Amino acid sequence: MKFFSELTKGIIKENPIFVIVLGMCPTLAVSTSVDNALGMGLAATFVLICSNMMISLIKGIVPAQIRIPIYIVVIAAFVSIINMAMEAYLPDLHKALGIFIPLIVVNCIILGRAEAFASKNNVLNSMADGLGMGLGFTLSLSVVATIREILGNGTWLKMQVLPSTYDPMLVAILAPGAFITLGLLMAVMNIIKEKN
Amino acid sequence: MGYLGQIFVMAITAIFIQNYVLSRFLGLCPYLGVSKKIDSAFGMGMAVIFVMTLTSSITYLINRYLLTGMMYLQTIAFILTIAALVQFVEMVIQKKAPALYKSLGVYLPLITTNCAVLGVAILNTTALRPDGITPYNFLDSTLNGFFSGVGFTVVLLAMAGIRMRLELVNLPKSMKGMPIALILAGIMALAFYGFMGFKI
Repeated sequence: MKFFSELTKGIIKENPIFVIVLGMCPTLAVSTSVDNALGMGLAATFVLICSNMMISLIKGIVPAQIRIPIYIVVIAAFVSIINMAMEAYLPDLHKALGIFIPLIVVNCIILGRAEAFASKNNVLNSMADGLGMGLGFTLSLSVVATIREILGNGTWLKMQVLPSTYDPMLVAILAPGAFITLGLLMAVMNIIKEKN
Repeated sequence: MGYLGQIFVMAITAIFIQNYVLSRFLGLCPYLGVSKKIDSAFGMGMAVIFVMTLTSSITYLINRYLLTGMMYLQTIAFILTIAALVQFVEMVIQKKAPALYKSLGVYLPLITTNCAVLGVAILNTTALRPDGITPYNFLDSTLNGFFSGVGFTVVLLAMAGIRMRLELVNLPKSMKGMPIALILAGIMALAFYGFMGFKI
């Protein structure tokens, strides 16, 4: 049952954002609304699964000295695929996420998983790890985005959830709100960890 | 507005109004990771300015002359350029300036995955001068890379200065480390929002 433990560890125990603290830039930048967060999270999940699979397949033939450039090229290839696919089929989302789609290449989570996991494990486990980490990333992104969208806009997934008389706390969807929301969420995670 | 005036506007915009870290969210990993001590923050800042300036000029040439009609290769070409450049710069500094290498050494490899560097290269390809019509030329791109690096260094140093003082403060256990650093960054970003009102 190693497959399932690899799958679930990324979601809570080794959550890439709250526990390992990787991939901060997209987390803060695209968490202004829940649909942006889901789009970004799923794009990163796709890249994670594919790059983990590919790197696990080629791990025997890559010379150790130049492995990092090779990993980056593999990741960049999949990022280009998702970038073009999004531009063709989801132009609005592509526009909203903007520069952060090509920047998935330098998201530390992906290179980190390639180096720490996929280069040492078999294909199936690596794909499970990619899926789990990707879902963990998507989930934490959506949590941050939920708080920011509700406070800053009164909506969730574009549906009105707070009464229309609510005066939106604009700062929550601006840059400062991103930092403060994530900081407070991490403090809450620390308190939960201490209690256990 | 004369050319020098436009360059001045570009500098103020890159450093204060649209700071790469605080308003564009680029380069957050080193901003949060290397801001515990002033010395290391300074080393990182210098290395980033250096690599960003070089990257901006080289990727401009690649984008303008090599990638015509092959825009889909942009991401791969840029990241390879940056990786190769960082490796090259590391080797040159190690040979020619051992003292500088000692102070920058550990930070150089980290820059490959600094998204501010890839970010500036990609943003330069579509950026317009302050007049709003002319696309960047070679000099504009290089200067923009330099100014963006300076903007990164300014906030990194400010953050390191505050965090060194924070060491002495009695914080609740759950707020120590990353949470307080993030809230601090939020307050700094709020302060930098004051620059947004500037119309130059």
